[in-house]
This record gives sequence, structure tokens and C-alpha cells, in this order.
Amino acid sequence: MHRIIRNIRVMDPGDGFDAVTDLAIADGRIVARRPLPTDFTAEEVLDGSGLIACPGFVETSFQAHTPGHGRDGDLASELCAAVAGGVTQVLLRPDTQPMADTPAVLQEQRVLADRLALAKVHLSGAFTSQLQGAALTEMASLAEAGAIAFGQAKEPVPSAALLRLALSYAADLGLPVLLHGEEPELAAHGVMHEGRLSIRLGLTGRPAAAEQIGVQRDIAIAALSDCPIHFPHLSTAAAVAEVAAARQRGEPVTCGVSIHHLLLTEQDVGFFNLHAKILPPLRSTAERDALRHALATGVITAISSDHSPWGVDREGMTFTQAPFGIAAVEWLLPLALRLVDEGVVDLMTVLSLLSVGPAQALNLPAPSLAVGATADLCIFDPESYFTVEPARQWSRGRNLPYGQWELRGRVRYTLVEGRVVFRG
Amino acid sequence: MSATTFRFGEGNPQYDAQGRLRHLLSTEGLRERELLQILDAAESFLSIAHRSVKKTPTLRGRTIVNLFFENSTRTRSTFELAAKRLSADVLNIAVSTSSASKGESLMDTVNNLMAMQVDGFVIRHPEAGAAHLVARHLGDSALVVNAGDGQHAHPTQALLDVFTIRRLAGPIEDRVVAIVGDVLHSRVARSQIHALSILGCPEIRVIGPRTLVPEELSALGVHVYHDLQAGLRGVDVICALRLQRERMESHRLPSLDEFHRRFGLTPERLQWAEPGALVLHPGPMNRGVEIASEVADGAQSVILQQVAHGLAVRMAVLTILAGAAGGE
Repeated sequence: MHRIIRNIRVMDPGDGFDAVTDLAIADGRIVARRPLPTDFTAEEVLDGSGLIACPGFVETSFQAHTPGHGRDGDLASELCAAVAGGVTQVLLRPDTQPMADTPAVLQEQRVLADRLALAKVHLSGAFTSQLQGAALTEMASLAEAGAIAFGQAKEPVPSAALLRLALSYAADLGLPVLLHGEEPELAAHGVMHEGRLSIRLGLTGRPAAAEQIGVQRDIAIAALSDCPIHFPHLSTAAAVAEVAAARQRGEPVTCGVSIHHLLLTEQDVGFFNLHAKILPPLRSTAERDALRHALATGVITAISSDHSPWGVDREGMTFTQAPFGIAAVEWLLPLALRLVDEGVVDLMTVLSLLSVGPAQALNLPAPSLAVGATADLCIFDPESYFTVEPARQWSRGRNLPYGQWELRGRVRYTLVEGRVVFRG
Repeated sequence: MSATTFRFGEGNPQYDAQGRLRHLLSTEGLRERELLQILDAAESFLSIAHRSVKKTPTLRGRTIVNLFFENSTRTRSTFELAAKRLSADVLNIAVSTSSASKGESLMDTVNNLMAMQVDGFVIRHPEAGAAHLVARHLGDSALVVNAGDGQHAHPTQALLDVFTIRRLAGPIEDRVVAIVGDVLHSRVARSQIHALSILGCPEIRVIGPRTLVPEELSALGVHVYHDLQAGLRGVDVICALRLQRERMESHRLPSLDEFHRRFGLTPERLQWAEPGALVLHPGPMNRGVEIASEVADGAQSVILQQVAHGLAVRMAVLTILAGAAGGE
């Protein structure tokens, strides 16, 4: 299929290109920017006036409950949500049911993902058996079954000794490891940030120090093994500072942040608002501002939606019972544009944090819109304003605190290898 | 009302769209006049208790459900008696949390009872926010009184405490109040602090070891003390709290004896406070732990009056919430 997109503003954080041009796409690749070859004929011509094309987004933390029971979403519903959000590549989290700690689970995920042919699905294997941090998984077999990374989802590895061995074992395979840095006993039973509001509500808190200590320890142990590690969702200034220091020393450590930690604070928990219950928890305004600063200075290199859908069953649970998570992958770009509107970072940087940064952390080829690049694109209208209606989203998750938020930047088209997988 | 029609984050859920008090979930955020209205109504109900006919027809034809997911003697029986003296029909349901965790969710239990056309719920639950959850789902269709949710709130206990202080110690605007013991884990203490603040208490102190009284509590507008003698100096009212045995298992205290040695209320230590300072305790007491028997049964103790006041306050709360429902 040959396509031409005319008069579109192309913003490519890969090479900094930013101009209104035409794009020609054939055989899954970008074959030309203006001037188009005279002999290029297209089956479809899209009018890109007023729209922006950028590389499709890369989501490093994607829960699709596959395998799972389906009530909270499955690969089909959640990938529809992803492409509706301009996301063209996702890394499945290993905390499925059963967990992705055996090759059979990954093979099942592969078959289902290939059949759907929506966003590109990358698999991660559990870093430790049952994510419990007590035993190694068959990492080589998981890699053979398609894992491009190993992860702990939302579980720390309590034993420093086992973490050291597991990182050394993973280093042999050359794949990155995604860690949840948190000191487990200090954070035990915590359901929100430990601070003024947890005291008011009588809820058990997770102190910020637990994240700092966990990240500090994980970095020190990773330095013994030379294994690249990535923290996909940090929430505190102190933990980000640990990553910055490690990077200064030249260690292969990167970190990301969820869009929620950049926009919300512990105050959003209000009167037991389940929709603001996430892990790591929403922190103080000072922490949020520090995370924003770390985006601007380039210490944090990736923004994630940390997609964790939960269906209507969760709405009837108490704050303590309800599982952690927000499902908002389809609003990832409009939410991230708030950072542009609030002067935190410029648009090109946001697009980079959504695509280039996460791809780097996962050791994937750098997303690009250069000639010859794979045609994974998000095309959005930066000036289209809308109101978020949680009941009408593609995801089966109903757990998002953004209901009735006014946002801008609707995704109009998502292309994966030149195919239009979403039209908004 | 279905689970998907309400939205979180729309302000204090104990008020309806017109700003009327529809549920009593927490003393936090109550208006002073609402608090005074409850206390004044309780004064009139207190006198009813001394009549030979103790009933009023206020809630005739209404059904109140006492839905208790935790054990309780005092709170449950005074709520039951309060509803009965207001001529309501009362349904007592004690759900052991172990069976609830196996089967029906809290909201399913509530919805089943709603199908029986009940008018109000008095809910005690081991998890913070349980009563909020129910109130949000029910909206205007029934009243909800929080009878204790986890470590969050126990508003009627706090109301009866401030009622007791107002009656027996004089104006709250001139009284220094100290809360002694496991404040961190106490829903009673949280609700007391908010109620006292709203009523203009000039100084609220919390006293206990740092493991149970962390500095962060000052965010609630209280003065934090870790020394009983210093904390009791100049105090007019002492609220003791029940110390749970679990605090030993979670290593917050080395032993009950050591807690008593540092923070137990004994007749000698009572001398550190103002002469004649009142001693309150929400019950059930651990004699010889947070409070010595000589104090619990002594002249300055108002612990049994608290129970009598609890009945009147709960009658007042039910009457006012039912009135807001348009039944008066």
C-alpha cells in the first residue's frame, strides 16, 4: 500500500527535523519527504493540513491482562486503546495471570499479538520466578521465546544477593532489566504516599525514603554486574538523583516517569479517590515539581502511561482493597501536552520522551521519520480540544482520574509499518 | 444508583448537591454550626433519657441498618438504642470480615439491603474509607453514618467526646485538651482533633512515643509531645486512647508495661495536669496499660457519662440526617 500525506508538519525528535512537508510511505517505510519522486503514485492521499506527524510512541509499562480473565481488559481491548493514543510499540508487563515467567506464556502472548496486528507488541519475561525475587527464571529460554527485556513489574527484589545473581545472569543475555526500586519492608502495606494526607485519612503510607533506598541499592548492585537497568516509574527527587549520579559515573542506568506523577499529587487522593491509587504512589507537589525539572534537564528520559486497566469491579472496592493503577494510554499524548502548555518542556522534547527515550531504554531501534525509517507514526491535531469521558474509552479500564478534563491534541491516525491501525 | 454514575473528586461526600449534611462520615470539614446543631440537639435528647417514656416518634416508619464488619459493644448498642428511642425499625447485621472476604463485597451487601427499602446505614468497617464508598454509591437514596472505618474516623465518638467536654469542662474555646496514646492508629483521635479544632479549641496536644505519635501529626494542627509530664502541664481535659496489642507485634512498642511506665495515666501523673482535669476514654479500656484503675474509676473520670452522652449524640445525628432527607 502506497500512501501520501500532504502538507503535514513533521516533527522528528530522532534528527530534530521540524517542517511542513509531504510524506510518502510504501512497503511499511518512509520513502520520501518533499520533494516526492514524480513517479510515486499512492492508493491513499491524506490531507495533513494543521496536523503533526511524529514517531509512534513507545510504552514501556503496559498491562494487558493477557493471559488473564478478561474482565479488566485483554490484549485486543488494550491494544485498541494504545493505537488510539498514538502508541505503536508496547512492552507487556510480566505481572499477568499466570505470570510471564515461562516460555509458554510468552508464546501465547506472541500468537495473540500477531493475530491482532495493532501496535507492535514486545514481550518481557519475569526477572524472577513469580516476581517474588526468590529464584531466577529461565531467562535464556524466555529470550528465545521472544523476550526483549526482563522485568519485575511492581515488585522489588527483596534479596540483594539474589538481585546480584539475577542481574549477572541477565547480563550474559544482553537484555535490559526493568526494576521497581523500593525497600519492601519500609513500604509494606502502604496504599498511598506517606505524608500529611495519609495521616489525615488513616491510610498506611509508603515513605519516599523507601524508593530512594531501593533505587540506591539496585544501582549499586547493578554496578557489580554491568547489566543495563531501567526504572520505568520513579516518583521521588531523591531516587532520580541516584540515577543521575549513576549516569555521571557512566553506568548503564536510565529512568522514566509516569505521566500521572507529572500531573497529579497525593492531594488527588482527596476523600479516598480510588482513581488516584497508583504504584509508586502520587507524591507531594515538591516531588512532582522535581520530576518535572528532571525531565527538563534530561535526567528522566522516558514518559510512560504505566497502563494498568481495571474494570467496573474495582469501583466497588475500598481504597485499601483496590488494586493499584490508572488506565489512560489513549490520553497519553494529550496529557503530555499539558507539560508543554505549562512550560515544563517544549513539544519536540515531549515527543522524544514518548518515543526515542523509551525505545533507548528497551534497546529498540530509535524511532524516526527519516527516509528509510519504518513507518510507525502518530498523526495528531494539536488544536483539537475535547473532554475526557472515561466511560467511552477503548480500554476496558474505567480507572482514570482524568474524567471531564479538558485536553487538546486528539490522535487522528496511527500507522504501524505503513498500515493505518487507527483513524480518529 | 449504579456504580458508574458517580464521580470521584467532587468535594466532601457527606454533603449533597445543595450543601446539606446528608451523611456523617467524618468530623473533618464539618461546619461549626452543624456541629453545634448536633450538640444542641443532643442536649435535648439527654433529658428524654430521664423520662419514664423514653421514645420520640421522630423516625417512625424508617428502617436503620447497623452494619458492623468489626466487633463492637458500646457503639453498636448505643446506635441500636438511639434508633429505637427514635421509633425506627432497626436491623442489626454483624458480618465477620473473614466471611465477607470470601464472598460478597461491601457494596453488594449494601445493595441487597437497599432492595429491602431501608433508609439508613450505620457502618463500621476495618478499612478506611468504607463508609465514604457506601455514601458515594448511595448518594441521596439513604443516609450513612460512619461508626468507625479503619484508622480513619469515628465521628460520633468524637462528637460525644466534645459534648462531654462542653457539658462537664466548660467552653471548648478556653480549654487545653491532650490526647494520650496511640494517636497514629486511632480513628477516635483523628475525629476528636477535627471536632475540637472546628469548635475553636485553643490548644490540642497529642502525647505518646514517636512510634505511635509521629511528628507528622502536627499537620493536623496539634502540638506533639513525647513526654507525658511536659504534655500534661496546663491541660484541662485528657483523652486516653485504647492501646492495641498488635502494636507490640509490629514492634512499635517493646512491651505494655513499658508503655504504662512512660505514658500510663496514674493518680500521681494526673497531678501534672490542671487540678480537676477531666479524664475521657472511648473504651474498651486496658486497665493498667493506658489507664490505671484508680484513674478510670476516680473522681475525675467521666468515662461512664461518655456512654450516656453517646446515646444522646447518636439520636441527634440520626434525627438531623433524617431531617435533611426531607422526612421532617
